[in-house]
Amino acid sequence: MSKFIVRRLLSIIPTLFVIVTLSFFLIRLAPGGPFSREKKIPQEVLQNILKKYNMDQPLINQYFKYMGDILRFDLGPSYTKKDHTVNELIGTAFPVSLHLGAMALGVALFLGISVGIISALNQNKWPDYAAMSVAVLGISIPLFVIGPLLMLVFALKLKWLPTSGWIGSRAGWATVILPTMTLMFPYFAYIARLSRGSIIEVARSDYIRTARAKGLKESVVIWKHILKGALLPVVTYLGPAFSGIVIGSVVVEQIFVVPGIGRIFVQSALNRDYTVIMGDVIVYSIILISANFLVDVLYSLLDPRISYK
Amino acid sequence: MKRVLVALLMVALAATMFVSCAKETAKSVEFIMNNGAEPQTLDPSKISGVPEHKIYMALFEGLVINDPQTSLAKPGIAESWTFSPDNTTITFKLRKSTWSDGTPITAQTVVDSWHRNLNPETGAEYAYMVNMVVKGAEDYNSGTAPKETVGIKAIDDYTFQVELIGPLPYAVDMMAHYAFAILPMHVINKLGDEWVKPGNIVGNGPFTLKEWKPQESLTVVANPKYWDAKSVKLSAITFLPIDDNLTAYNKYKAGEIDWSHGVPLALIDEVKLRPDYQVAPQVGTYYYIFNVTRKPFTDVRVRKALGMALNMSELVDKVTKGGQLATNAMVPAMAGYTPIKGNGYNVEEAKKLLAEAGFPGGVGFPKVTLLYNTSEGHKRIAEWAQENWKKNLGIEVALLNQEWATFLDTRQVSHNFDFTRAGWVGDYLDPNTFLDMFLTGSGLNDGLYSNPKYDELIKKAATMPAGSARMDTLRQAEEIMITQDQAVIPIYHYVEQDLIDLTKWEGWYANPLGSHHWKFIGPKK
Repeated sequence: MSKFIVRRLLSIIPTLFVIVTLSFFLIRLAPGGPFSREKKIPQEVLQNILKKYNMDQPLINQYFKYMGDILRFDLGPSYTKKDHTVNELIGTAFPVSLHLGAMALGVALFLGISVGIISALNQNKWPDYAAMSVAVLGISIPLFVIGPLLMLVFALKLKWLPTSGWIGSRAGWATVILPTMTLMFPYFAYIARLSRGSIIEVARSDYIRTARAKGLKESVVIWKHILKGALLPVVTYLGPAFSGIVIGSVVVEQIFVVPGIGRIFVQSALNRDYTVIMGDVIVYSIILISANFLVDVLYSLLDPRISYK
Repeated sequence: MKRVLVALLMVALAATMFVSCAKETAKSVEFIMNNGAEPQTLDPSKISGVPEHKIYMALFEGLVINDPQTSLAKPGIAESWTFSPDNTTITFKLRKSTWSDGTPITAQTVVDSWHRNLNPETGAEYAYMVNMVVKGAEDYNSGTAPKETVGIKAIDDYTFQVELIGPLPYAVDMMAHYAFAILPMHVINKLGDEWVKPGNIVGNGPFTLKEWKPQESLTVVANPKYWDAKSVKLSAITFLPIDDNLTAYNKYKAGEIDWSHGVPLALIDEVKLRPDYQVAPQVGTYYYIFNVTRKPFTDVRVRKALGMALNMSELVDKVTKGGQLATNAMVPAMAGYTPIKGNGYNVEEAKKLLAEAGFPGGVGFPKVTLLYNTSEGHKRIAEWAQENWKKNLGIEVALLNQEWATFLDTRQVSHNFDFTRAGWVGDYLDPNTFLDMFLTGSGLNDGLYSNPKYDELIKKAATMPAGSARMDTLRQAEEIMITQDQAVIPIYHYVEQDLIDLTKWEGWYANPLGSHHWKFIGPKK
């Protein structure tokens, strides 16, 4: 097992190297650059700017310099957010996305499992139909519809919550509610369906029938025996769900003006802010790779049928 | 289930408490605006956009500022100025003022600041504005001459003199621009690029930086050391970087912000009925550029036919609907300059010209493509034009949209287009800013237009003193470029669209450059 972990950890390095190299050259193939303007910058002025950022050098030299810099954990200066380095931009934005993602995932888990249990215990009765209808809606309605809809109802009509912003703004912690609710919705729906199916499956298995035959109280059967077995698939779903929820907050961050990494990513791609795009790509790659890695490890821990040698 | 409900209720309750608490602590002199984007930088030498300009006006002040009503020069750090008799030298008399850390601002500070802006190593984008008017600036900025050759000097501590490249009457108005900023050189020399970080930054404007939370908000507070501190009416301004117009509009409607610049296009019918919707003509033009080196647009009759087949009044009434001003001229109306009439809307004449060019009823007209950058607004306008060309002239025009940076590359670098959308907003109030880009070989001449007579007139105007003779020369040039050659199809003049309740705030005026100086804005008494 430990050998497997070390091997998997080491394999991250070449994977990242390939991703960084490919991205470095691919983003420069896109037409335009960080200094494209409707009022085109005169040639002599542009030369001064390119020189300042070493962009007058041949591309291959820029590549080697960049690789040297990232080995020292220096992601370089931003070409459009000129007062900040990429390290600073990601350093302030990433914790925000992480915070939002963790809250959304926490709420999704809590609500998803609760609804899953209620549905499963009332299988094919009205609470089940109601909960599963909500779940289907949650999976099928895109975030850019849910977000403005919640904003319209809770901020503009009922005036319970601020429309947008983040914890540092005047409205404080109240700002986190709408983005969290929006972002968690599809994950909540998926977890509800997943736990419902898995509870029903486990409830029909032989060891549960045995437990009931032994005369155990129904609550003990549900909480101790059924849920323990039934939640395994939900736990394994956490890995991809976590990376998905952190990376997938791009839309929610745009709608609710959350100062996270998703907003930076969209802006940097449109502005051709090469160093920021690269920084984001690296962060996203690391999240994805580590989440997959954790899932593999979790599988082997939770499911005795799987072992890595 | 009950527990879940109770939990949800508690969350909702807590949320309402947060909101009501926030309202109680709000002060009336704090002002919150949506600035539309995260500022790129606070360093005046490196900024290039409208959001940065708004923050610049709070933190810094140049020799002159834009008058909040006319946009013309008004005394700033300079209390007065005089032109030499031949209009090629301006002498500024500086007032006694200091930086927010108490260091005095002298004429030498101005000289050193302008040198920094022009220094090639600074890489200032807007250095070109200085290059356009100040003698010797371009040579120093392109690295071919030392800084001593730039025509600026400190006569004494409070007298600053600048030599112009010619008699340029609009030069003083231009100097309100951040390209001519005065910088805290004593801090910059000590800290280098770090000078602009919160905690280090020193300014001379009506406000100083309090806090900058990237992507979230930037807050400035009144600067007690500002020379005109008693006129400043706000105690703090918060700038929010909301780029989504709909979110910003919702925030405005919910009363969370006091001023929102820009409105959501999809809701324009609702927005324009609001009493707090402010719309003002801007010195800017929306137009289509022909690539005059490509058939069939090499033929002036074809270019004119396409222009005359469009009824711009219909466009602004039925499509854009935001109060834009329909036009057939490139240069908007400005003091001393009467706009030209252009070729106007005339379908019969358009059909005739197209037939003369060899395409009667549009028969045999090659397939041409209109390029625009991806946006709902540009798409609607392009579709309207496409439909009108088909209906009025019988020609098929294909539409092609490209994402912003790709679009700029196609239009400016490869020139690989038949005709394309463009927009130009003047940096100063003079027709020249709309005309000199069409000079033969100009880096901004994306349609590759060339007419020696036009070039001659524009160059002649640059050497003429201010007055009606110069304006007439510029007008003649525009007649050649638009009425005679139809190098571009002007469509409408931009308007500034803002949401601000002027029954609550005063000192905010709609003005041609959209330049709203903070020291004049305050709560209505």
